[in-house]
Amino acid sequence: MMDTLRDIYAVVWVDLRFLSRNLGKTMALTLVAPILYLLAFGYGLGRGANIEGFSYLQFIVPGILALTAMTTAFNTSGLKLHVDRLFFKCFDETLMSPVSAFSIIVGKALIGVLRGLLSSAALLLACLVFSPLPAVSWLFPLSLVVTCFTFSFLGVIVALLAKTHQDMTLFMSLVVLPMAFLSGTFFSLSQVPTALRIILNLSPLTHACLCLRASALGQPFPWISFLILIAFGAVFFSLCFVALNRTNK
Amino acid sequence: MEEVIATRNLTKKYKDVCAVEDLNLSVNSGEIFGFLGPNGAGKTTTIRVLTTLTKPTSGSIWISGFDVEKEPAKVKELIGVVQQHLTFDLDLSLSENMELHARLHHIPSNERKQRICELLEFVGLTNQSEKMVDELSGGMKKAAMIARALIHKPKVLFLDEPTVGLDVQVRRKMWDLIRSLSRNGTTIFLTTHYIEEAEALCQRVGIVHQGHLIALGAPSELRQKVGMVTVEILVDGSFTRYEHFADRETANRYVQRLSSDHKTIIIRDSNLEDVFVELTGKKVGET
Repeated sequence: MMDTLRDIYAVVWVDLRFLSRNLGKTMALTLVAPILYLLAFGYGLGRGANIEGFSYLQFIVPGILALTAMTTAFNTSGLKLHVDRLFFKCFDETLMSPVSAFSIIVGKALIGVLRGLLSSAALLLACLVFSPLPAVSWLFPLSLVVTCFTFSFLGVIVALLAKTHQDMTLFMSLVVLPMAFLSGTFFSLSQVPTALRIILNLSPLTHACLCLRASALGQPFPWISFLILIAFGAVFFSLCFVALNRTNK
Repeated sequence: MEEVIATRNLTKKYKDVCAVEDLNLSVNSGEIFGFLGPNGAGKTTTIRVLTTLTKPTSGSIWISGFDVEKEPAKVKELIGVVQQHLTFDLDLSLSENMELHARLHHIPSNERKQRICELLEFVGLTNQSEKMVDELSGGMKKAAMIARALIHKPKVLFLDEPTVGLDVQVRRKMWDLIRSLSRNGTTIFLTTHYIEEAEALCQRVGIVHQGHLIALGAPSELRQKVGMVTVEILVDGSFTRYEHFADRETANRYVQRLSSDHKTIIIRDSNLEDVFVELTGKKVGET
């Protein structure tokens, strides 16, 4: 157990080093987009509107937090690993070390989780200035952690399988970006036709949004969505091993 | 003598291309073994397979008796690898890259700093330790890669084209470094396409061509196969013919019998390039 923790720390150490050196820059980069969404949608487009009994601003804050957690966790774990593997080629050194596949995957995902949580926390503080969330429960941070882990593992998979930089950007444009806008981040799923709602339920971000919104606004917690989100995380975690195994073909 | 690297019928195929075929090798403890061949011969693939980075299609590999496929973690503790291309994290300084490697190889925290200092001193990079890796010269980067690969005191060091792209002076320094590692008991498996490098460093050489091992032995043994003396004759000023002889006396007699039309004739010791050409019909640089 202690050996595994030591190995995980060894893997994440390099990314922590980079993060501590560039903390201000990375936080600023992460927060620009969500704050713009907040201002454009919350203050601009949706001003005066109400959804499910809450102001539109209150409604979208948990959605934007889920979106931020997803993109930050995915980009941090995925892009750095992608660069390390294909451009610096320093990931080979990790592969040739006596560190287990489990430690490599968890270590590489952890930095995404950490940055996802940091960015979400910073954004949450900024949001609270504009619009306090009425009833944040302990399930809110728990849902946030599960969201970060799920999308960090997804980032690791894509980074391990991508053969070129284009593969990575293609996945982000075709999967991550549509998921960010269509998973109930900016609207309620009850507003969309049933067929589309079924499709949107296939997105893990939909379930992350439902969990975060319910635990921030005092709605009944959607345990089924929470379990689905955990299941997505578990599947992505398992697929990380398959992807890692493919790197030495 | 202990057998440190052993392969049996090692084969690696990429779709229809056979990069390495039926390789049977045995490298002994403390030896500097050279894997010589042109670009694309299968040298790097062999190193990647031997060092767990790539899975073989078939065949077996043992490092110090440990099966690479069944006990990769044990093998990784025993080997150090210097790849042909740079494998540094360019967001880190040299000492940070060394520290990362030490952490990945379970060097206790109280030993890390000292080991890093010792190794950087060994390769003459003490003053460069806080520089970002990208600020170092090509020779320094290669030396730093060797220092990093030694941090966990590997029993076997794999060097893939260790001096490619380096100027002559730096190359010779690198050779001295490799010799000193060998003197300290490290077994060295190096790939190269430089004939002089294989001759200067290696006790035994395997010549590889299109994925096949076509010759194996000490450089002098391999030279004996074609003849220890080579005569180069410039024919009609347009191409060079090579003739090989067992000794200088026979070569001299041959040259005396040549017609006076041949104005440029060189008598020299044969080398591994002559062996390679005789076996493949190509020069080492040709693919």
